[in-house]
Amino acid sequence: MSTSHAPAIRATGLRKSFGTHVVLDGIDLTVERGTVFALLGPNGAGKTTTVQILSTLISADAGDVRVADHDLATEPDAVRAAIGVTGQFSAVDALLTGAENLLLMADLHHLDRKQGRIRARDLLERFDLVEAAGKPVATYSGGMRRRLDLAMGLVGSPRIVFLDEPTAGLDPRSRQTMWQIVRDLVADGVTIFLTTQYLDEADHLADRIAVLDHGTLVAEGTAAELKRLIPGGHVSLQLANADALGAAALAFGEAAVNADQLTIQVPCESSTTALRALLDRIDAAAVAVDTLSVHSPDLDDVFLALTDRPGERASTAPPASTATRIKETLR
Amino acid sequence: MTTTTYPVRDSATMLRRNLKRMRRYPSMTVLLAGMPVVFLLLFVYVFGGTLGAGLGGPAGGRAEYLTYVVPGILLMAIAAAAQGTAISVAMDMTEGIIARFRTMAIARSSVLTGHVLGSVIQSMLSLGIVLVVAVALGFRSSAGVLNWAAAIGVLAMTAFALVWFSVALGLVSKSVETASNLPMPLTLLPLLGSGFVPTSSMPAGLRQFAEYQPFTPIIETLRGLLTGSPHGADALAAIAWCAGIAVVGYLWARKLYTRVPTQ
Repeated sequence: MSTSHAPAIRATGLRKSFGTHVVLDGIDLTVERGTVFALLGPNGAGKTTTVQILSTLISADAGDVRVADHDLATEPDAVRAAIGVTGQFSAVDALLTGAENLLLMADLHHLDRKQGRIRARDLLERFDLVEAAGKPVATYSGGMRRRLDLAMGLVGSPRIVFLDEPTAGLDPRSRQTMWQIVRDLVADGVTIFLTTQYLDEADHLADRIAVLDHGTLVAEGTAAELKRLIPGGHVSLQLANADALGAAALAFGEAAVNADQLTIQVPCESSTTALRALLDRIDAAAVAVDTLSVHSPDLDDVFLALTDRPGERASTAPPASTATRIKETLR
Repeated sequence: MTTTTYPVRDSATMLRRNLKRMRRYPSMTVLLAGMPVVFLLLFVYVFGGTLGAGLGGPAGGRAEYLTYVVPGILLMAIAAAAQGTAISVAMDMTEGIIARFRTMAIARSSVLTGHVLGSVIQSMLSLGIVLVVAVALGFRSSAGVLNWAAAIGVLAMTAFALVWFSVALGLVSKSVETASNLPMPLTLLPLLGSGFVPTSSMPAGLRQFAEYQPFTPIIETLRGLLTGSPHGADALAAIAWCAGIAVVGYLWARKLYTRVPTQ
């Protein structure tokens, strides 16, 4: 292990096109050692391509990348020796058993026979695969496959682990297990680079989150920083009838009214003081409110605002506005 | 942090992987041997009487035809095994485990070498099955130990060449189905050569093709070795063809494997 304090991953000006289709249009990112970095984005944003480039699977058209303090272009084998990769599609040998898959990895990492066996057994225990160890992987469930896949990426004790949508298609329990595994890895000092389209996943796991859309990073920061990009929350008031709705709309001039559903949305912080003030205003206006729900901004709001795409890519013009505006305010 | 690669060690690991896969699915090897065995039975028992009489030898008939057809059937067995190679390579490519290998610090060539060595072993097993059936049907060879050793050498050389070629076919296929169809012509080539009937009995155009296609000199060399009358010119042509096919297959496969995968 290197003793320098260079970041685990540093990429500048990363570009990649497939034919005329630009997938990555100049990406800069830095991942500090021992942290979890989440790359968030809708389908087709370029997340998998980014992972494929950073993990030496495909080459970039342009850009400088250092992974584990080695240059990606000139020392790919040094990079490969430092990383573990778990892709979006399971990279296991379905004809072999779970244990054989792990021993195969141990052989390819040139561990001696005894070391390899110990490592395989440890990983089988850690990933709750002891019972299934002797069964062919073809008989495994989706969650078991994914755990084995991840375990195979860890045989070489990598310092940097790439996880491409590690929980896509998993049931909630398997997802929780996967999250715990990631937390344990980080506790051991491993750097995690993960891609996801689940905002709660990024929210729960990541130290830093970058939002990728149309091949460019539209925002980057901690979950809290990103949430701050969407100003304020709101309170949704459910009114008893159309009269009450009219009265409420008068009382709260700045509110968004939904006449069909008899609701209005009043901008409001989710603090007790702000809520009390709001309730006082409702009392003062003598409006009959049935129910009230508080909505604080979450990553979903950020995601939808940042990856706003009017007309669903119908036009080739860059996604207007919101993203650009927010990016500008960030700077 | 060491980044030395170990081509031999990694190839041995990959070979073990392929042998394990083979052991887990012995039906694949049996299936690959099954096709040539069916052809052997078909040609010896259905067509053998008539075809044997047409050979114009002193004895004529079924027994003589069995001796004549065995080399062609052996080549068919190799071609069938090569088809299995293309399928298993294409399966690997679709399963994503190759992507994992690519992101590991291992000798790049080892993945392909493992497939080739495994398939050559599988071909030899399949050839063994076919030979046992042939002997059970009454096939006898006048060849001595040396000629047998040479015949096995020719078979191994042919298997090595065709397997490298079908590794490339497996890599170039976008799907497992394509991979199973692409090498199909190889299985039929012995029919369009001297495998089943002498080329002299064919019409002009076909005869020319049959005489100059790679399988004919290989079949003639085998036939010569097994009947105790080896022919030097055929052997040289067979070696040249195998070397050529192996080199083309190897270079093509290496190019396909190292190319940048597109999405």
